[in-house]
Order: sequence, then C-alpha cells, then structure tokens
Amino acid sequence: MRLPPFQSLVDVHAAELHRFLVASVGPTEAEDCLQETLLSALRAYPRLRDASHLRAWLYTIAQHKATDAVRRNVRHRAEDLDGINPGHLSEPPHEAADEELWTRVRALPAKQRAAVIHRFVFDLAYKEIGLRSGTTEEAARQNVATGLRRLRMEVDR
Amino acid sequence: MTELERRLARPPASAPFDARAATTVLAQRATEAGLADVAYGWLDSPLGKLIVAVTPRGLVRIAYEREAEEDVLQELAEGVSPRVLRAPERTDSARRELEGYFAGTLRRFDLPIDWSLVHGFAVGVLKATARVPFGHVATYGEMAASAGSPRAARAAGNALHINPIPIVVPCHRIVPASGGIGGYGGGEDRKRFLLDLEGAFPA
Repeated sequence: MRLPPFQSLVDVHAAELHRFLVASVGPTEAEDCLQETLLSALRAYPRLRDASHLRAWLYTIAQHKATDAVRRNVRHRAEDLDGINPGHLSEPPHEAADEELWTRVRALPAKQRAAVIHRFVFDLAYKEIGLRSGTTEEAARQNVATGLRRLRMEVDR
Repeated sequence: MTELERRLARPPASAPFDARAATTVLAQRATEAGLADVAYGWLDSPLGKLIVAVTPRGLVRIAYEREAEEDVLQELAEGVSPRVLRAPERTDSARRELEGYFAGTLRRFDLPIDWSLVHGFAVGVLKATARVPFGHVATYGEMAASAGSPRAARAAGNALHINPIPIVVPCHRIVPASGGIGGYGGGEDRKRFLLDLEGAFPA
C-alpha cells in the first residue's frame, strides 16, 4: 500500500482542518487542536491500512481533539454563556450575537457540532458530510437536523 | 434558508492560518516525540537545488533537481517510513558539510549514513565507493571486486547510477577502466564539475 509522505497531508489539508477547528473550538484553541490532531495522526500513520480515506481519517481525529478541548473548557464555556449580554459589549450587536451563536454551536454534542460545521461553514452536501465524518448520508442529515433544532431552541429562548 | 442557517454560513472571524509556522511547530513536536522518522530540507548548491533528507540514523538521501520532489518524498515514504516531514533545521549538519565541500574547505564528509534505501549488491558497491578519497578515482570493476564480484562491473555501474546519496557517497569518483568519465545519475555535466572541483579530472 502506498501511503503518501505525511508532509503532503499537512500541505493539502492543514488549512482546511484549521478552519474546521476554528469553527469547532474557537480561534484561540484551534491552533493547539490542529497540532494535537496532526501529531496523533502522525503517530498512527504507519499503521494505517487504508490510504483511500485520508481526509476523512484526519477529520475524525480533529473531531475527537475538538471534543476533548470543548470538555476541557466546559466550565469556561458555561461562564461565557452566562456573561454574554450584547447590550454591554462594545462590538456591533450582530457580532456579539454571532459570537453567542458560535459558543452554542461549540457546546453541541460532538457529532452534531461537526455535522453543522460541515454543512454550513463548508457548505457540504450530506453525502460528503457522511464521508468526512465516517458515517452515512442519512446519519449526517440527522445530525444536522438535530443540531439545528437544538440551536433554534436555545437561540430563540 | 432560515435566518439561523444564514448566520451559521458566516463562520466566526479568525486569524489567518500560517501554514509555515504550523509545519515548523509540528516538526519540532514530532522530533521531541520521536516521530519524525524522515526530515528533509533543501540546499542551494553550484549544482542546483538539492533535497537533503535525514533520519535519526543519519543521512539517507540527496536528490538533484532533475528528480521531482514529489517522487523523492514518495520514495522515502515507501522505502524508509511514511512519517516524512519538512524540517530543514534537522538537516543542518549535512547541509553545512555540503556547503564546506562546495566551498573547497571540506575534503572528507563526517556524516553518519543511513543505508535504508540501498539493497543487495549495491550495499557492498556503495560502501566501497564511500571509501574512495577526495581527489581520487577508481573503476567500476574495482568497486565490483570490493563488493565481492570482480566481473560485475556493469552491475556496479547500475548500482552507482541509482546511488541515493550522491556527492557524500562519491559515485562521481568511479570511472570506466576504458577511459572517459562514464555516466552519472545526476548527469555527466555534474560529474565533470565534481571531478574538476576535486582536481581529479582523469586524463
């Protein structure tokens, strides 16, 4: 089996993974998360049996690292949510509102969070989302729908 | 599309991604964790840009520009380890010696060699070649003999032609018994340049 040199994976996918992680955990944590993702991938790489789904494999690892980061910050995040009060922030109101929305996206269960990000940030079709998260088209559709329902309830509350 | 979906399609602003910095940090962390099996960098030389690759055991590959970088890295991934990383600072000692050699201040390389990419008969031929000193030449037949098969001059030539570590394993110092400078994996012009540099141009 021909595994490409690991550096080529970094060159091709790192920017996109970084974008995914910015959406998943926020800009401050994204860089660390990316490094952890790449290091974990590098560690496991020679044992990989299938070179045909490298991108999905990287996304799966990134999703796990994002979940770890979200868990680490769970208390932090709760404080963030409590503290948000658009009226008291200096930024224009819509930016503050979006910051709140993204904090809530990051608090979604892992699969819903990843699916919502793939769907809306990357504008992917459900089939492609399924491929990238190592699940099916139907599961991807379900995860997006459930995630959206939850967000709608929280945001409209 | 609902208002919520429209807002989700505008991802949060973020600092631009610095690919170079990310690669540097990864190379450092991978080295610390013992996961950088192959590290590579480049060197600008009088013979063009060289790819220089090292492993924890030593220098494993030098490639002239005539070989596509993609092919060289794939060869390393398959022949040594797929954990191939761009980490130029790991190749510094090799690059420094090569610079000294081209500047005429270094006549003997003192670099550990990783022979992972060399197999079979070529091992004996290239190890014998590595012992031919600066400014001297030897013949294909002599290298074949050193490797235990005096009549395998042609096989020795083939092994030298695909030497993965040219310059440092000085296959340019091996010439035909019949005269002339013979062929070179990096092209005859480069072989002539190196023999000239060493003052060993055979009559």
